[in-house]
Amino acid sequence: MNGFLHQVIAGIATGGIYASVALALVMIYQATHHVNFAQGEMATFSTYIALTLVQAGWPFWLAFVATIGISFCIGVLIERVLMRPMDKAPVLTHVGLFIGLVLVISNLTGWVFDYTVKPFPSPFHDGPLFGGLVTGHELGSTAVTLVVLGLVYLFFRYTRLGLAMRAAAFNPASARLVGVRVGWMLALGWGLASGIGAIAGIMVAPVVFLEPNMMLGILLYAFAGALLGGIDNPGGAVIGGFAVGVIENLGGTYVVGTELKLTMALVIIIGVLLVRPAGLFGRVVLSRV
Amino acid sequence: MASETTTPTVLASARPARPALRYAGLLWAIGIALLLPLFTAESYRLFQLTLAAIYAIAILGLNLVTGYNGQISLGHGAFYAVGAYVAAIMMDKFGLPYWSTLPSAAVVCGLVGYGIGFPALRLGGLYLALTTFSLAVAVPQILKYKGIEEWTGGVQGVLVFKPDAPFGLPLSNDQYLYLLTVAIALGVFLLARNLMASRIGRAIMAIRDHGLAAEAMGMDAARLKTSTFAVSAGITGLAGALSAIAVEFVSPDSFQVALSITLFVGMVVGGVASIIGPAFGGLFVVFVPNLAEEVSKAAPGVIYGIILIAFLFVLPGGVAGLLRRLAARLHR
Repeated sequence: MNGFLHQVIAGIATGGIYASVALALVMIYQATHHVNFAQGEMATFSTYIALTLVQAGWPFWLAFVATIGISFCIGVLIERVLMRPMDKAPVLTHVGLFIGLVLVISNLTGWVFDYTVKPFPSPFHDGPLFGGLVTGHELGSTAVTLVVLGLVYLFFRYTRLGLAMRAAAFNPASARLVGVRVGWMLALGWGLASGIGAIAGIMVAPVVFLEPNMMLGILLYAFAGALLGGIDNPGGAVIGGFAVGVIENLGGTYVVGTELKLTMALVIIIGVLLVRPAGLFGRVVLSRV
Repeated sequence: MASETTTPTVLASARPARPALRYAGLLWAIGIALLLPLFTAESYRLFQLTLAAIYAIAILGLNLVTGYNGQISLGHGAFYAVGAYVAAIMMDKFGLPYWSTLPSAAVVCGLVGYGIGFPALRLGGLYLALTTFSLAVAVPQILKYKGIEEWTGGVQGVLVFKPDAPFGLPLSNDQYLYLLTVAIALGVFLLARNLMASRIGRAIMAIRDHGLAAEAMGMDAARLKTSTFAVSAGITGLAGALSAIAVEFVSPDSFQVALSITLFVGMVVGGVASIIGPAFGGLFVVFVPNLAEEVSKAAPGVIYGIILIAFLFVLPGGVAGLLRRLAARLHR
């Protein structure tokens, strides 16, 4: 029973990581109706930046904040340089751009920081707490995830900028008429998503170790979580992410074994799409023709 | 149905009076270009060209569903893998002749494609892309799975052997395989061309361009989409079977997600929604990584990605689109 409980808690801890990546996916989806395939690779690259800063002797939390800042700029830059000119292009072009980004960023990561697997320091008290039920890192990373999710919620709900971003996504034409700079809102969305991805990368790296393909599986779980919760609902995506973490951990321990863990993401994705394509908390989209 | 009455006249006016005569010179040139490596290229170069032809078939399959039907698949490597494993298992475990594996692989992959295409119907654009992408990521894991190790050989994979030339033809294995692959590729390309020029081909493109209008005109979008997915998967599976025979080996690590991405890049570079495009795509994915490695040993992937992005910005029609534009300029 204790083992089961531990698996659930560990699932919630990894689920927190999926939840933040899922949130990043949903934010870009809401702002641009794109699902950014390169989200995982961008997060891995950010994590390497954080590692470089920490190794250069920066205090962990300073490096943490600096990395988020740098990632934000990279996100904005990518939107401005690559996505913006292709604004009106067909979806296939966007997918091609994402694939190109994945190729460039993942190989660049391997090129610059080399392909060896690296340990990543955890800022939290290392070791079991509460009689071995939970490790310090699990507790800490879940707390960080929850704080980030809370901040994002407050940002979108209570600030002018958040409102403007929502308006730009909801109805670009009307938003432009009332003076919202829609193009910049999209860039801002990319930047925010990139920053959140960086946090997820830094939180997951101590658990899975840092290597250029670190986030590939995580991106899929996050996508499964986002779909489970509803791709157009940030809160749903967070709950979906946590749920996928628990499902993955329990399934991996008791049902299929660790070799088929990634296949479970596929099963969740196809299952959701077959049974309830809008997700648990998503709206069913009706379009007038 | 309006499209049925107008289509034949449009086609007839677009065709020159005697296409066979007009393009005879071009056809001869292509034929000689295809046969020339048989006598001039050394064995390894011939193997590379065989691979290029195989990739061309696989990319053609992808192009049918993604280019012509507008359903973005990033998981066609999965069908390629299934085709390769069908061929390898049939030859290794059952001792069946190599030629019998090709139609079997196509049929099996067609059925698998139908099964995947069915839930995929509910998905537009990016959802389908991500779902097929997760399929591509899951495939190596599934192939390594202990429960089916008896068939797939697990991590070790399966070894097969190249066939000898039949009827005592004076050809080496590599030469024969090159001829066989090119012949099959020509057949498949011709079939695809005819399919796309037919009524059904028009319907497939109409569903891509405006699904609702196409349905209002009486086209069965759901059935056509799943059938296109199945045919596309079958063609890619056929290529996979050929690759198993040509490479003489299948293992889970040959079918990583990078394979699916390679096919996608080949399609974009060759030319989306073009029949001849995949031929250039096949050549590109075989030869350009080698060239890229010469430029910079460390990062062929970076160059690959940059080429992909550059093509999307500068030449969205791919190589085929460029040739079409040049031809149009010459004919003016």
